[in-house]
Amino acid sequence: MYQAIVFLPLIGFLIAGLFGRAIGAKASEYVTSGFLIIAAVLSWVAFLTIGYGDGAVVRETVFRWMESGPLSVDWTIRVDTLTAVMLVVVNTVSALVHVYSIGYMHHDPDRPRFFAYLSLFTFAMLMLVTSDNLLQMFFGWEGVGLASYLLIGFWYKKPSANAAAMKAFVVNRVGDFGFLLGIFGIFYLFTSTDYDTIFANAKGFVEAEPAVVLNFLGYELTQQGALTAICLLLFMGAMGKSAQFLLHTWLPDAMEGPTPVSALIHAATMVTAGVFMVARMSPLFELSPDALTVVTFFGATTAFFAATVGLVQNDIKRVIAYSTCSQLGYMFVALGVGAYSIAVFHLFTHAFFKALLFLGAGSVIHAVSDEQDMRKMGGLRKHIPITYWMMIIGTLALTGFPLTAGFFSKDGIIEAAYVGHNAFAHYGFWLTVVAAALTSFYSWRLAFMTFHGKPRASVDVMKHVHESPLVMTVPLMILAAGALFAGLIFAGVFMGEGYEAFWKGALFTSAENHILHAIHEVPLWVKASPFVMMLGGFIVAWIFYIRSPDIPRRLAERHDGLYQFLLNKWYFDELYDAIFVRPAMWIGRQLWKKGDGAIIDGMGPDGVAARVQNVTSWVVRLQTGYLYHYAFAMLIGVAALVTWSMFSVGGAH
Amino acid sequence: MSNWPLLSITTFLPLVGVFFILLVRGDDDGAKDNMRRVALITTVFTFAISLFIWGGFDPQNPGFQFEESEAWLGGSIGYRMGVDGISMLFVILTTFLMPFCILASWNSIQNRVKEYMIAFLVLETLMIGVFCALDLVMFYVFFEAGLIPMFLIIGVWGGKRRVYASYKFFLYTLLGSVLMLIALMAMYWDAGTTDIPTLMAHNFPAGMQTWLWLAFFASFAVKMPMWPVHTWLPDAHVEAPTAGSVILAAILLKMGGYGFLRFSLPMFPLASDMFAPFIFTLSVVAIVYTSLVALAQEDIKKLIAYSSVAHMGYVTMGIFTMTEQGVQGALFQMLSHGIVSGALFLCVGVIYDRMHTRDISAYGGLVNRMPFYAVAFMIFTMANVGLPGTSGFVGEFLTLMGAFQVNTWVALMATLGVIFSAAYALYLYKRVVFGALDKESLKSIMDLSVRERVILVPLIILTIFFGFYPAPVFDVTAASVDALLANYHAALEAAQQTAMLAH
Repeated sequence: MYQAIVFLPLIGFLIAGLFGRAIGAKASEYVTSGFLIIAAVLSWVAFLTIGYGDGAVVRETVFRWMESGPLSVDWTIRVDTLTAVMLVVVNTVSALVHVYSIGYMHHDPDRPRFFAYLSLFTFAMLMLVTSDNLLQMFFGWEGVGLASYLLIGFWYKKPSANAAAMKAFVVNRVGDFGFLLGIFGIFYLFTSTDYDTIFANAKGFVEAEPAVVLNFLGYELTQQGALTAICLLLFMGAMGKSAQFLLHTWLPDAMEGPTPVSALIHAATMVTAGVFMVARMSPLFELSPDALTVVTFFGATTAFFAATVGLVQNDIKRVIAYSTCSQLGYMFVALGVGAYSIAVFHLFTHAFFKALLFLGAGSVIHAVSDEQDMRKMGGLRKHIPITYWMMIIGTLALTGFPLTAGFFSKDGIIEAAYVGHNAFAHYGFWLTVVAAALTSFYSWRLAFMTFHGKPRASVDVMKHVHESPLVMTVPLMILAAGALFAGLIFAGVFMGEGYEAFWKGALFTSAENHILHAIHEVPLWVKASPFVMMLGGFIVAWIFYIRSPDIPRRLAERHDGLYQFLLNKWYFDELYDAIFVRPAMWIGRQLWKKGDGAIIDGMGPDGVAARVQNVTSWVVRLQTGYLYHYAFAMLIGVAALVTWSMFSVGGAH
Repeated sequence: MSNWPLLSITTFLPLVGVFFILLVRGDDDGAKDNMRRVALITTVFTFAISLFIWGGFDPQNPGFQFEESEAWLGGSIGYRMGVDGISMLFVILTTFLMPFCILASWNSIQNRVKEYMIAFLVLETLMIGVFCALDLVMFYVFFEAGLIPMFLIIGVWGGKRRVYASYKFFLYTLLGSVLMLIALMAMYWDAGTTDIPTLMAHNFPAGMQTWLWLAFFASFAVKMPMWPVHTWLPDAHVEAPTAGSVILAAILLKMGGYGFLRFSLPMFPLASDMFAPFIFTLSVVAIVYTSLVALAQEDIKKLIAYSSVAHMGYVTMGIFTMTEQGVQGALFQMLSHGIVSGALFLCVGVIYDRMHTRDISAYGGLVNRMPFYAVAFMIFTMANVGLPGTSGFVGEFLTLMGAFQVNTWVALMATLGVIFSAAYALYLYKRVVFGALDKESLKSIMDLSVRERVILVPLIILTIFFGFYPAPVFDVTAASVDALLANYHAALEAAQQTAMLAH
């Protein structure tokens, strides 16, 4: 069964990818979607067996991969509760996105390719979450990166899409740079890349007599220091994949891809891989408080930073993209304070409501003839009621309205940050609370600008506005059900009384980590703060965009500097372009022309050639053409030879 | 079959093809086709024979197998052949790629077809000879003689600046050869034999090792090529015909790495140990420097040539880590690079044959008319980038892993190459393949022909197969690499103990 879950999408990819032209678009869609639906159903079965049953860890070795000395890596499928949760998330969202895309991509001539890529992505993501060792995780990690690259650049005729695809891949590689070094470090310390070996040895390793175990860049690190260095390197990988502050720039640009892609890859699944990785490596992170502090810092900063940028964006997809970025920051805050299960729970609920919001946005874009600018929308509520209500449910869940999915997980994170012990826990608490208000504001701003008020689209566009077909709205409804009820149903097992029985040690917490108990004892104002913030954000959004819609414009004019700063995303793209991209190109050109051309070739082969020409021209000048010159030279030569032979040979006798 | 001199047959079989080509009379199209067919049949047959070597190879045995030995040139210099886990797969790689080179030249070479095919077949003999020779003098002859056909291939069938390129190629390699020849003579005087297995067991005095190591290094570094003696490679690649580039990148570059593993490490362990930091420096500079240079290129072939230099940086780094991961990774990287870079040059050849330009700016939007080509090129680009699941990843990963165990600075700087390679490779792909098809000249470009698919599909399959299942390669190399490293570390230890006793 577990092999079927992982390999059905691969088979779907191969069929649609290799034979898509032969069997046609319809068949490709049905085959890939059908396989994904089967995989999704099986995933729920697996989830119930593993999570709620006695569920020992499942391990199925497929075949061997690399063997070199002590390094031995196999292709393995490993399923524990954490994996089962991810299987459910990945396959459910992927199946719904497949089905939704049948409607959304209806007009596209390249549908087989699209569905092939979607299935390829799903396969890679499943390899990532079912990995038994770091190398296989890295395979999935890069595999989803490839699929993301292909899907962002799906409309290859658009230069902006190509640029965004490349940017996504390269920025992710910056994170992978850290991830790779982290893997090397782990292999150096534990002589293995298998989770079980690493986790089994981690505790003893840290508690052993301190000694220098790793010389990293000239620093002599003892066990604790080495572990922290490695965790930080791994976290760098997570930052790239999960678009955390400093490595986030690719995610908004990734919205160039088709909207179902944004829902699947850039909201629900791939970008949460970083969160999954840190949760999976919790036995290491838990032993390194310093690393966790850094994780908290970056998570909180991202949660706040992305939310501020989200406030002023006008592209409907970019608002949701920044929201995703911000919510991922929340998850890292939870990880950073040691509340791994809450982070994974937020990952789980977020997948439902964020996929819902993206697919809803897709339905809106579909309705208004591929317009994405919210300034040209408005008043769509009556025309596309199903989409409207689904989006509202998604918004409620995202803003943490009581009893929706987001309410449980998000409040859990804020409370965990409050009771967290590390140096940045309170920083995390305050920034996530503020970000909760910002989240509420930009979410309702989106809803109001899109659906309420007077239509701002042209008459021609408004005439064509239509509700999406069932094949698109049914997935929305299923996701909406998840967004409404996932919290109520699963909060208990993820982070409540059912914790031990559900996780069965898939997440590691040390004996001193009591955070799940401590969150029940927070003061009332802490419990109430997210709700107050949500309400505040809603009210401000209502005043700004329903009651007196000219306030935002006046505000933007009065604080133009701040507005431009936010609108231009804190100028990160410009900054990176100036300090990385341009210098790299310039240095490359200099090394090529000056280094290779002038110095190496100039002193090497070309220089030698020039010398040879000098010598020959000198020789040429000697050749005057007068016979007596040659005769004279010969005479001198003969004389010299005779003299030499007389002295040397004659002298010997 | 087991008593047949398989290695000699494989090595000299291409010369039989040369003989048959010489028999073909005339210069009309029919005669040319006959010559091509003879060359193709010869190379395919050679490949088939060489598979028996793999089939009969005992992976448990770390020593030389299929050994042949005849007295020759007065006894001291012998005709000795043999392969071990380090060299065997290079033989297979050579015989495997030759048919593709012949096929790739099918239409693009119309002048002097006879001479061209002869040059390639002679080159094949010489290349296989390099990897099979177990005698220093034989090795030297094969190693240096290989230059002549390559020199001719570039100089006669090359592009506009072919004379400059072939001259540069010659000048660089000449210096290395001379020094290596002197070193060979010195080794003979010291050890009294040119038999490679004997020399591997011979202890050269420490001071002498340094000089010998440097002399061999001069030759291998140019062949590799290592920074800063790499500048001949981009020019040679740019001017060489497609098949010439394939051979150059896939096989000739590997001779340097093979040389390090066959001579420098086992014969001069003390010097290798001493110079390892020096090699690391050059390798890391090569990886970072040439990757950045690749980013700025305007010529497709030059870009891939520079990326080859960067990839060879991983190889030299891996070899001198003297760890199992490093050395096995380096071996794997060389084999994988043979397939991938060869395939990339074939991909460039495909569009060069159509448009007769290598300028990146002359292309754009090829995917619109050439979807199959776009897929093939994408797969090889990703393999070049080192994506897991392609063969390019395995070698790169293992060499870096080896480097981390020796020196984290080296590993850190070399891992930067992971970012740069993604940048230059995808930037190239974006400019050539993606985008709208605006250029008038490209509007009628045709997708891959059947012949081109026959060439590229097997390479795609191998690239992906070895990415997922590299075990067949590791099974072959493991025992020999283990033995190599064990001897190396034993030699270092022995030297240390002698030094301790002296005090």
